[in-house]
Amino acid sequence: MDIRDGKIVKGINFLDIKEVGDPVEQGAYYAQQGADELVYLDITATNENRKIFLSLVREIAQTINIPFTVGGGISTIDDVSALLDTGADKVSINSAAIKNPELITALAHRFGSQCIVIAMDIKNEQDNWFVYLNGGKIKTSLQASTWAKEAEELGAGEILLTSMNNDGTKNGFANDVTRTISQQLHIPIIASGGAGTMQHFADAFTVGKADAALAASVFHYKEIEIPVLKKFLATNNIPVRI
Amino acid sequence: MNVVVIRYGAGNIQSVLFALRRIGINPVLSSEPEVISKADKVIFPGVGEASSTMKELKSSGLDTVIKELKQPFLGICLGLQLMCKHSEEGDVDCLGIFNLKVKKFAPSSVYKVPHVGWNNIEQSEGPLFKGIPENSYVYYVHSFHAEIGKETCAKTNYINPFSASLSKDNFYAVQFHPEKSGTTGETTLQNFISL
Repeated sequence: MDIRDGKIVKGINFLDIKEVGDPVEQGAYYAQQGADELVYLDITATNENRKIFLSLVREIAQTINIPFTVGGGISTIDDVSALLDTGADKVSINSAAIKNPELITALAHRFGSQCIVIAMDIKNEQDNWFVYLNGGKIKTSLQASTWAKEAEELGAGEILLTSMNNDGTKNGFANDVTRTISQQLHIPIIASGGAGTMQHFADAFTVGKADAALAASVFHYKEIEIPVLKKFLATNNIPVRI
Repeated sequence: MNVVVIRYGAGNIQSVLFALRRIGINPVLSSEPEVISKADKVIFPGVGEASSTMKELKSSGLDTVIKELKQPFLGICLGLQLMCKHSEEGDVDCLGIFNLKVKKFAPSSVYKVPHVGWNNIEQSEGPLFKGIPENSYVYYVHSFHAEIGKETCAKTNYINPFSASLSKDNFYAVQFHPEKSGTTGETTLQNFISL
C-alpha cells in the first residue's frame, strides 16, 4: 500500500496517482483475507508527513494481527528506531541505502537483519536493469544485481524488487531479473510490480524464483481475491499458508 | 483480570500489548517484583540477545521472582529461550524452568538464518492449542531455538525439528509470535488468558 496524506493511493508506472482507500481498514481486511504480510510505503515522506505516518503506523500495529513492513523516506537510525518502537515489524529502505550503503550495516547491527528490507526500484534500458532513486525519479548507474548483492553483503535481510517497467501494467512480474537476483542471493526476494492474473503470481514463484510476491492494485480493486489466489497457488504445488 | 507483561530491557514489546488489547485485555507493564507476583497472569515477551537480557534479569532480581511464580506464566520468543537451562547465544545459563538447551540454527544454502516467516506447528497439544488445528501456521523471527524434550508441546521443523511451544506446571512458552500470527496467534493468547 502506497500512502500519501494518510490514504492509500495507486499510480501506473509510478505516475497518475489516485486515492483508493483507508490504510488501517484495508490492512485489517487483507489480514483477515489471508495476506501473509503487509507493506506500507509513505510516498510523500516529507518532514510534516512523517508525523502523520508515524501515528498511522501506530494505528496499524494496534489493529492488524500479522507482520507489516513500513518504508518511505527512512534515512537514519532514529527513523528506524521510532518506527519499530511504534509497532512496525520491518522497515524498508530505498534511496538512503543507495546514497549511504553503510546505513544498512549500522541498521542490521543495531536492530538485526531480519527487520531490514532493502527496496529497489529498477528499470530495464537496453538490456540493463538500472537502480532508480527517489521513488523512481532519478536514474543511477548502479546495476540491479550488483546493488542487490552489495545490499546482502552489507546486512540486508530481504530485497523488495520493484520493476518500474512492469509496475501497474498487469502484464506479469519481471521474472527474468527476479530469477537472476534470487539465484545470486541467499536472502529472500520479494517480487513486485506487474501482477494482473493468478498465473502471474504462480510464475513469480516458479519462473522468477521469488520467495514472496507483492501486489497492490489487483487486491485494491478486488480483481483477485486472496483466498482464491492462495488456493490456486496451492493446487499448483506452491507452498502457501491457507 | 490482572495481566502483567514483564518489562526487563528486552526489545519491542509494543506489539504484544496491542495484541492483548485486541482480545479485550488491558495489560499492565511492570518490572516491579510485587506487581508481577500479584498478577493473575504473567507474560514474558522479548526480542533481543540472551546473555545481555539474562544479565538484566539477574541484576533486577527478576530471575528469582519468575522461578517462584505460581500463576500461569507465558514466555514468548526470547522469553521461551530464557526459560530454558542454557543458551548458546552468549553462552549463558538461563532460568532453567525447562531442562533444555537453546541452540543456534546452522544455516545452509537452502535454509536461511534467521528463520523469518510463517511455518506450521505439528503435534501441538495442551491447553494453549485448544481449538487450533494440526499444522496451523504461525509467525517466526529467530536465530536460536530450544531442542525437543519432554516439555515440548508443539514442534516446528526448520533446518531441524525444534520446540515451537513448551509447558511445565504453570509455565508455558511459545517460540513463535502469537501477537503476529493472525487468528491462530489470537486463539493461543486467548487460551492462555482462559487458563
